[in-house]
Amino acid sequence: MSDKAHLQELRQAVQIERLSHWFGKGDMRRKVLQSISMEIAVGEVVLLTGPSGCGKTTLLTLIGALRTVEEGNLKVLGHELLGSGRKIRQKLRRQIGMIFQGHNLLRCLTAEQNVQMGADLIQGLSYRVRRDQAREWLRAVGLADHMNKFPHDLSGGQKQRVAIARALAARPKILLADEPTAALDSVTGREVVDLLKRLAVEQACSVLMVTHDPRILDVADRLLKMEDGRLLPTIS
Amino acid sequence: MLGLWQKRRIPLSWLLLSRQHLRLFVALAGISFAGILMFMQLGFRDGLFDASVTVHRLFDADLVLISPRSMSSISMSGFPRRRLIQAMAHKDVVGISPVNWNFLLWRNPETLSTRSILALGFEPGDPLLKDSEFSSKAQALTNRGRVLFDELSRNEFGPVPKWFKKGRIVETEVAGKRVRVVGLVRLGPSFGADGNLLTSRETFLDLMPSTPPGSIEIGLVRLAPGTDSQKVAESLSSSLPRDVKVLTQKAFIEFEKNYWKTSTSIGFIFTLGAAMGFVVGCVIVYQILYSDVSDHLPEYATLMAMGYQIKTLLGVVAREAILLAVMGYVPAYAAGQALYALVRASTKLPVAMDSHRAILVFGLILMMCMGSALLAMRRLVDADPAEIF
Repeated sequence: MSDKAHLQELRQAVQIERLSHWFGKGDMRRKVLQSISMEIAVGEVVLLTGPSGCGKTTLLTLIGALRTVEEGNLKVLGHELLGSGRKIRQKLRRQIGMIFQGHNLLRCLTAEQNVQMGADLIQGLSYRVRRDQAREWLRAVGLADHMNKFPHDLSGGQKQRVAIARALAARPKILLADEPTAALDSVTGREVVDLLKRLAVEQACSVLMVTHDPRILDVADRLLKMEDGRLLPTIS
Repeated sequence: MLGLWQKRRIPLSWLLLSRQHLRLFVALAGISFAGILMFMQLGFRDGLFDASVTVHRLFDADLVLISPRSMSSISMSGFPRRRLIQAMAHKDVVGISPVNWNFLLWRNPETLSTRSILALGFEPGDPLLKDSEFSSKAQALTNRGRVLFDELSRNEFGPVPKWFKKGRIVETEVAGKRVRVVGLVRLGPSFGADGNLLTSRETFLDLMPSTPPGSIEIGLVRLAPGTDSQKVAESLSSSLPRDVKVLTQKAFIEFEKNYWKTSTSIGFIFTLGAAMGFVVGCVIVYQILYSDVSDHLPEYATLMAMGYQIKTLLGVVAREAILLAVMGYVPAYAAGQALYALVRASTKLPVAMDSHRAILVFGLILMMCMGSALLAMRRLVDADPAEIF
C-alpha cells in the first residue's frame, strides 16, 4: 500500500493501547506510564492536563517518536512504534510538529531562517519556494514586520509564534505542544493558543497539547486528565 | 529534478560561525597562527636545504669529482689533481676545471673585524659557472691578489658591493694577505657559508700556502652534449682509483643536502616545530568546535526532534571545520608570504612559497580541522531530543 492511500484510509492519527513506560534502572526503576490507552482522531484537538510528574511529557515524547517504546502498542500515523528502528522514528518525526515550553529557536538564525529550518524538511521544493513559504507562515502568525529579527530581539509571545510557524512550516500531520503558554502572560497565551488552533484546523492537523493553564481549556475538542501515570476517565 | 542550488538549505554552519564574532576570530587567529608556524618551520627547513646548495647549482659541470673523505661543503678534503686529468682520457669528457674550496678569514674593510668566507680557487681560463658573463669577469683574476666578491654575501663582510659600484677601489685582507676586489658575482650565501669569493688557484695557494699545489677539493667535468652522465660517472669511477668519488651534478647536490638532512638535527628540529604548530592548531580548533557544539546542544537536539537526521547535523559540524580551514588558511598564506619576504631580506636565504608547500600546509590545516571536528562530533551524540521537553 502506498503511503498516500495509507493516510487517506487513516482515521486515527494516534492509537495507543496499554502503553507502559519506566524510568531509571535497578532499584530506582519507576513506572511512569501505567497501561495507557487512547486515540487521537485526524484533525482533533486534544488537551492533556494533570499535576506535574504524572507522565504527560513522557507520553508526549513517546508519541513524538523521541523515545523507544518499551511495552504496549503505539501507532502514530499508521506506523507501529513498538520495536521500530531509529531510522523509522527519525523519518516519522518530520511529520510531527513540536512546540516546546521554551521556544528552542536557533539563536544564530533570524525569525525567517528559523521558520525555514522547518520548511527545509520538505523535500522536492526549491530554496526560493521554501523561503517564500517561511515568510508566508510568519505573516500568518502576525510577524510580517519581524522577519529579520533574531530571537533575542523578540518578546516571549513573538518567539512562541515563530516556534509555531516553524512547527507548521514542515506541514506536520500531528502537532505536539508542551505547555506552550507557560512562559507567556494570560493575554498573549490566549492569542498564541487561538492561533495554534486556527492554523492547525486549517491544515487538518491533529493537536495534542499538554497544559496546566485552565484559561485555555476551551480550545479543546476533548480534554484528557492524567494522574500518576494513568489516564482518568474522560470528561467531554 | 531540482538542481543542487535549488536544493540548498539554510547555510547553518556558516551562520553558526559568522554570528559569533569573537569565537570565530579566536578560531581563525588560532588556525592562522598554526598555519604560519607550519609555513615558517617547513620554509626554514626547505630553505636551509636549498641554501646549502646555492653554489653547487651554479657550477658548469656534468660530473663532479670529490674526495671520498669529504663530508660536506664545510669540510671538503683534497684529492690529487691527477685524477681529474686522468678523467680527461674518457672519450665523452670534453672539459675539466680543477677547483680549490676552503674557508678563509675575510677582514671587513669597514669595521676591520674578520669572518670566515668560502673561497673558491680556479684557473681563470677555465669555465666555472653557467653564467655566460662570468668568463669575462674571470679574466680580471689573472693578476695575483685579485678576487671576485659575491654581492649576495651577508652584510657582515662589509659594504663591498656598495663601495665597488661607486667606483671605489676595495682592498682588504684575506687570510692576512692583501687582496683587491675586481668584480662582483651573484652566488648567494648558504647555511655553511655566509659569503663567497672567487679567485685564481694561484692566489688561492698564496692565501693558503698549506694546500699542496697538486691537490684540489672538487673537479668539474663537462661531457659531450647528449651523453648519459650517469653512465659516464659509473665507467669513470670504475676506472679511477678509489681515492676519488665521481658524482653527477645532481648527485653532488643531493650529497650536500643529504649531509644537512641526516648528519645534523636541522631537519628534525624544523619538522618538530611544524608538528608542534599542527598540534597547537588541533587543540585550538577542537576547543572551539567542542564548546560550539556544547553551547548549541539544545538547538541540535531541537533539530533532531524536528526530524533532522544526525548525519545532517554531523555534516553541519564538518562544514564548520572546512569553513574554518579555508578562512584560517588565507591569512596564514598571506602572512607566510610576507614573512618569507622578511626572511629573504634579512637572512638572504632562498626561502620562498612554493606550490608544493602551500598545498601541504593547506592539507595539514584541513586535517587539523577535520580531525578536531570528528572529536567534537562525539559530543553531538549526547544531544537527546527527548530531553528538551
